Amino acid sequence: MTRPSKYLKIFAYTYLVFLYAPALLLPIFSFNSSQIIAFPLTGFTLHWFETLLYQSTLHEALRNSLIVAVSSSILATILGILASRSATRYDFTGKQISLTFILAPLVLPEIIVGVALLIVLIQLGLSLNLWSVVLGHTLLIMPFSILIMNSAFNNLDISLEEASMDLGENQFGTFYRIILPLVFPGIMASLLIGFTLSLDEFIIAFFLTGTDTTLPVYIWAQFRFPKKLPTTMALGTLLLVTSFLLLSLSEYFRRRAVNSRSSVL
Amino acid sequence: MNNLVKVQNVSKSFGEVNAVNGVSLEIEQGKFFSLLGPSGCGKTTLLRLIAGFEIPKSGKILIDNKSMDGVEPNLRPTNMVFQNYAIFPHLNVEQNVSYGLRKKNISKDEKDEMISQVLELVNLTGLNQRSANALSGGQKQRVALARALILKPKVLLLDEPLSALDKKLREQMQLELRHLQRAVGITFILVTHDQEEALTMSDKVAVMFDGEVEQVDSPRKLYERPASQRVASFIGDMNFINEKALETKQGLKVNSEILGEIVIPKNQVSGNLSNKKIIIGIRPEMISIVSNNFDSKGLISGKITDISYFGITTYYKIECGSNAKALSVSAQNSFGQMDYKIGETVKLKMDVNSLVGFLE
Amino acid sequence: MIFEIRTETKKGWRLLSIPFVFSLLLLAAPLTMMFLLSFWTQDYLVLDKTFTLNNYIEAATQPVYQLLFQRSLIISLSVTFFTVLLAYPMAYFISFYGGERKALWLFLITIPFWTSYLLRMFLWKVILGYNGVFNSLLLWLEMITEPVTFILYNANAVVIALTHGWAPFAILPIFVSLEKIDRSLLEASRDLGDGPFHQFFRVILPLSAPGVVGAALIIFIPTVGDYITPKLVGGTDGLMIANMIQVQFSKANNAPLAAALSASSLMVVAFISIVFVLFNKKYLRRY
Repeated sequence: MTRPSKYLKIFAYTYLVFLYAPALLLPIFSFNSSQIIAFPLTGFTLHWFETLLYQSTLHEALRNSLIVAVSSSILATILGILASRSATRYDFTGKQISLTFILAPLVLPEIIVGVALLIVLIQLGLSLNLWSVVLGHTLLIMPFSILIMNSAFNNLDISLEEASMDLGENQFGTFYRIILPLVFPGIMASLLIGFTLSLDEFIIAFFLTGTDTTLPVYIWAQFRFPKKLPTTMALGTLLLVTSFLLLSLSEYFRRRAVNSRSSVL
Repeated sequence: MNNLVKVQNVSKSFGEVNAVNGVSLEIEQGKFFSLLGPSGCGKTTLLRLIAGFEIPKSGKILIDNKSMDGVEPNLRPTNMVFQNYAIFPHLNVEQNVSYGLRKKNISKDEKDEMISQVLELVNLTGLNQRSANALSGGQKQRVALARALILKPKVLLLDEPLSALDKKLREQMQLELRHLQRAVGITFILVTHDQEEALTMSDKVAVMFDGEVEQVDSPRKLYERPASQRVASFIGDMNFINEKALETKQGLKVNSEILGEIVIPKNQVSGNLSNKKIIIGIRPEMISIVSNNFDSKGLISGKITDISYFGITTYYKIECGSNAKALSVSAQNSFGQMDYKIGETVKLKMDVNSLVGFLE
Repeated sequence: MIFEIRTETKKGWRLLSIPFVFSLLLLAAPLTMMFLLSFWTQDYLVLDKTFTLNNYIEAATQPVYQLLFQRSLIISLSVTFFTVLLAYPMAYFISFYGGERKALWLFLITIPFWTSYLLRMFLWKVILGYNGVFNSLLLWLEMITEPVTFILYNANAVVIALTHGWAPFAILPIFVSLEKIDRSLLEASRDLGDGPFHQFFRVILPLSAPGVVGAALIIFIPTVGDYITPKLVGGTDGLMIANMIQVQFSKANNAPLAAALSASSLMVVAFISIVFVLFNKKYLRRY
């Protein structure tokens, strides 16, 4: 198309700068020697990162977060595979409604989901611990997993499955030898996104965790302590880099899931 | 004469559409059988019903006298070559070909031997390690064939296997498939919309329209004695002339301006013999053009209005009779030359034995 | 034919049953429970299960809740409005002038948002504070002499933070619908006499409506129930309904009221969303 107007171009680049500005503060002030988060900058230091190494509560929260993230992403991906497979392969009554229902957490405010789950767990007399958080996170992640697996399954040519059956394989053999390898990138993408979402999730964790904290809940508690701000910023920087890497990896897999490798010809 | 595959009054619908409507067929063992028809006639659906990928609404399918009711595709004695070949993209040639052997307890040596044999059969020797992505269309098709044949099925089903190939390759593969079938002796059932393909390769052809089988016959019979006007126009070209007919003991008497006074034997006519209206069909190559100079008693004359050149033959459009009915006549070009020109008046000669009649 | 439908239905449900039951237990059951709870009363730790509409009446009539509902709606609508307003030109720029680097632009836009939402909102607290980054920067650059105060611990802060936070979620749907517009339609409108201004309002904007509506819903619905941002940067004047729900649940030990407030917000949000979609129905026809 033709050249954009000068103003639109300026707008676009300015917009981009403003998008980045807040996130860039994280690394900037993580290395800044002042304890106050303000300009002007006072000097370079790795001190704040160092303190992270000594916070045992942080380490525990991290450990808990990892447990929750791994469990919920695996669980959500398995459920997502089942749901997505059924949605892309078969046509049956009640499909549309039940799928919309399963995808509902995407549009419900998290706090409502959190409150509702909390109510049920209390009424049932169940204790709140990491496993309640895993259940909550799985519920939230499952829709994302379904969306990713949908595009992976849709890209899988049905004649490949028919050929496998025609050549003597039953459903399980076909799944294991043909379907699984070809949707593997989608599965990886789903696991990675699920992991990242769980790692960052605050509200459900806040409501459903008992005495065990997850990383976001720990961070939330740290906000009360102005003296700990730079340390928290350092932690944020690390999380930023980690998220970036994980999501780049996930995007790489998602692209592979959708490209022509799983289709025929 | 053993009929290996028996289709008995099978019907299948998709929603409102009757894809297959009460079809019955018997396919002889060891023969090359084709299902021929235009797109949407139900031939692929019928093939998939035999393979087990669709379940009939009503009717039965028997293979080797065993009912296929409730038998899943992986347990049927059939194997299919898919239209898009369905070669597993993440496996190489050898892995693709040996895919179906996993379930059978065969030693590695025996497996390797079987693979080499079948690859030789389809002219792909030496390509064992080639990855699926690196194969050409023709090669993929051979791998698909090898993959199916290695399992020694009772019936090999082929779903428009040549449609994606270019003309030269297609012609070559037609011959190869024919030889292959004769070499292995397995019953082949092929689906195609290309009538030339069906006629070239098959022992018998079933012509289908709108979910029903209109005629089952050898290629020659289909060509020379089509059972209906639809079949006649689908297979090859045909001229159609509307006339009135009168039933007599010898046959159907027709007094035609173009054909003269003729009597068509009853075995060349289909339909209700007491009907008065008849459509007479004659193939373009069954009409001979005779130069105006020759002794022209009993021949009709016509004027050439259009010419289409096809290398070996030329198709002439010739208008004759008072209605200026245009007949399509093909003639070999002698010594590569077109013998007649546009505007020329010529005489036409036809043999009653090459006519077919369709009574409405 | 009936036999055949059953096989496909059986297979489909066999797979779907597990995730469906999971959702049923973890979503439907809790929501139902919450709905039921809203009709009961709680006295400290004792639950009185007699049916009553008192909670809803309280939610609807008490000024504090009315205020919170109103404020939540106004904030959400503002955020939606500003975010979409700013996102549209950006999406337009990328779609029409991005050329070969469209994917790169989209990638760049999403990167900053791969940080934790919690951290990003916290950063706004750091930015907008009295001694925060924004003020200290302006003071350092000598653009102001006194720190600016109206941007923190009130509703403005919440709107600013959320408008920034939702940006990519608005850009993407609008971008997608702009991409779908057949470029020959634009040429046709020019050919028929439209200048750029009219071309935009008569052709581009209506055809990109699905994207705009999608973006608006994506932003509006979750924002009404946001807890983190108002708590971090809202002060007392910027608190929203979700904060009250949490308070009622924990400190005030009034779970039924919390449930009633939750159910009410759900209903209000649903109502507004449906009205909005119906209002735009004309533009949402599939082309």
